[in-house]
Amino acid sequence: MRPVSSWGRLSAAPHDVVELADRDGVAHALAGRAPGIAYGAGRSYGDECLNPDGTLWSTRGLDRLIAFDDTTGRLVCEAGVVLRDIQRLMIPRGWSLPVVPGTQIATVGGAIANDVHGKNHHAAGTFGDHVTSLRLVRTTGETIACGPELRPDWFAATVGGMGLTGLVVEAELQLERTPGPWLEAETLPFAGLDAFFRLSEDSVADWEHTVSWIDCTSGIDVRGLFLRARPTTHEAGRPWRPGRRTVPFTPPVSLVNRLTLRSLNTAYYALNRRRAGPRIVHYEPFLYPLDGIGAWNRLYGPRGFYQYQCVVPPGPGPQAVRDMLDAIAQAREGSILAVLKTFGDRPAPGLLSFVQPGITLALDFRNSPGVLGLFERLDAIVRAAGGRLYPAKDARMPREMFETGYPRLPEFLPYRDPGMSSAMSRRLMGS
Amino acid sequence: MNDRTRIVVIGATAAIAEQCCRLWVQRGPTDLVLVARDAAKAGRVAADLRVRGGAGSTVEVMIADFLDTAAIVRVADATTAAGRVDIVMIAHGVLTRQDTCGDIAICRESLEVNAVSPALFAEAFAGHFAKANHGTIAIIGSVAGDRGRKANYTYGAAKGLLSRYAEGLEHRFAGSGVAVVLLKPGPTDTPMSADHKAHGRRVAPVEDVARAIVRGIDTRKAVVYAPALWQLVMLIVRHLPRFVFNRLSI
Repeated sequence: MRPVSSWGRLSAAPHDVVELADRDGVAHALAGRAPGIAYGAGRSYGDECLNPDGTLWSTRGLDRLIAFDDTTGRLVCEAGVVLRDIQRLMIPRGWSLPVVPGTQIATVGGAIANDVHGKNHHAAGTFGDHVTSLRLVRTTGETIACGPELRPDWFAATVGGMGLTGLVVEAELQLERTPGPWLEAETLPFAGLDAFFRLSEDSVADWEHTVSWIDCTSGIDVRGLFLRARPTTHEAGRPWRPGRRTVPFTPPVSLVNRLTLRSLNTAYYALNRRRAGPRIVHYEPFLYPLDGIGAWNRLYGPRGFYQYQCVVPPGPGPQAVRDMLDAIAQAREGSILAVLKTFGDRPAPGLLSFVQPGITLALDFRNSPGVLGLFERLDAIVRAAGGRLYPAKDARMPREMFETGYPRLPEFLPYRDPGMSSAMSRRLMGS
Repeated sequence: MNDRTRIVVIGATAAIAEQCCRLWVQRGPTDLVLVARDAAKAGRVAADLRVRGGAGSTVEVMIADFLDTAAIVRVADATTAAGRVDIVMIAHGVLTRQDTCGDIAICRESLEVNAVSPALFAEAFAGHFAKANHGTIAIIGSVAGDRGRKANYTYGAAKGLLSRYAEGLEHRFAGSGVAVVLLKPGPTDTPMSADHKAHGRRVAPVEDVARAIVRGIDTRKAVVYAPALWQLVMLIVRHLPRFVFNRLSI
């Protein structure tokens, strides 16, 4: 038994961690240890990857590449491979993962289980759209190979399936051609949500990556920075080197709090506004700025933090986002990590995939006494707009909100592995 | 001087060795010979390294019984006959729990796998390297070899033997074209240290340890602690007087 946390650090309950190291021995390692759940890089924020006092199958030792065909761009690898390893290896060779979430330090298995999206959703869809096959081992001893064509029902259940259909052992991924690691990027300061929507619309056709940072303390007349980028063959003058900075210890209280929130946001806005305009940047610091600071989740102190990420449909979306920003500003909570983005219309491949057409808002909140009350107010706005929350980020949504947000849940349930269970699955599905 | 590096890795499926191999193939054209006991495991590691290395590198696998003298000689003869070897890294070992060493058969196996076998590999390669007046013998020791402790003295004694062996080889090859590097990792996050982690003790990421080892081999330093902080820690531990040390539960 050893204490294990997820990225939000809300708990550190003891777990019986079984380290998988041999992809041919997974069925053996699952036998007799169920119920449990797979644990990859531990980058989901809430209780999706946790099973207090029970078994966790750690996939970090399943980090081998199996085969790569550099004429087709098909990569076969084990599920514990971290996306950053693939990118750092393949981008210099002219190939790239088509979809990477806001952190590169997630595993392939985790990216499948959450059907993650990136800043290029409007151009590339979700991670599951580029998985050509996968191999699932179940606690019953069965092995199931599936893909968009092969046993597509199992594939649709497993992509976005929160690790509950079995343990993904390996996957084949379709990489895409890339000119290299450099991006032509632009930072555009904006004021007001209408300006944000206009910029989104204008950028969809020509810019692969779009995302926007907003000052969550600014309320309805939100100010923010719209970031857009696209791959380029041009190179910046000097090479980029990965930083090795890390937050060395957990401060006794959250450094993001009511006293610091406004000044942190103002400082961030002022600092980045100065970089407005076009420039050539390396993809890592631009797309994954937080990966440059190790263990940044410690900044929220020993009590940890929540992330609230929702998606609301395009029609009622703008008003819902306004209402949420208003509620957040009034509560004087939030963080410097508030992100707004529009999703494209492409339907996601999984039965429980989070992405749907509309607008997504994501914000971190320190674990403070009032935060759960704020979440209830935000829930009401999301539900009225017909939206839903992202399980990868969630630690507290009510079960009926999950059920209404994910209407295909009844189709999913028959595919569950009876031996796969997490704190989240018990909270949201009863087992 | 050619720009390819030819490296023989004994115990190549060990987590630290595998990570070092990744760093080597990813930084430039490398010809690797992976020597291992388990063919299936070695095959998986080799496939991974072939993808990582791309067209510029080669990866070969040799299966051998590490406790068989004839097999040890065969590995050294065959790999050196096939071409100049720049580095041999001797990395195999098992972390035997001290409380199982009351079983004398387990105790013996630990001493043979962790001390006798690696020393014999080093000696076998030393003969070839001496003739070529070229090559680096890198031996994975451990901080556990610096002072006997009740928690792991069988493993520690085995690793301590490797320290003396490396020291002797270093003396033998001083001023020649052959280098001897003894690498001493602290507790590292590998499947081998599951017991350590279950007790809530700190372990270093295996990637960091591998980086320190590869750098250490490049610089041909005689002794390299990984992470470097262990050098200071073990300096203190080694010099604690007995009346203090024996009261500590470390």
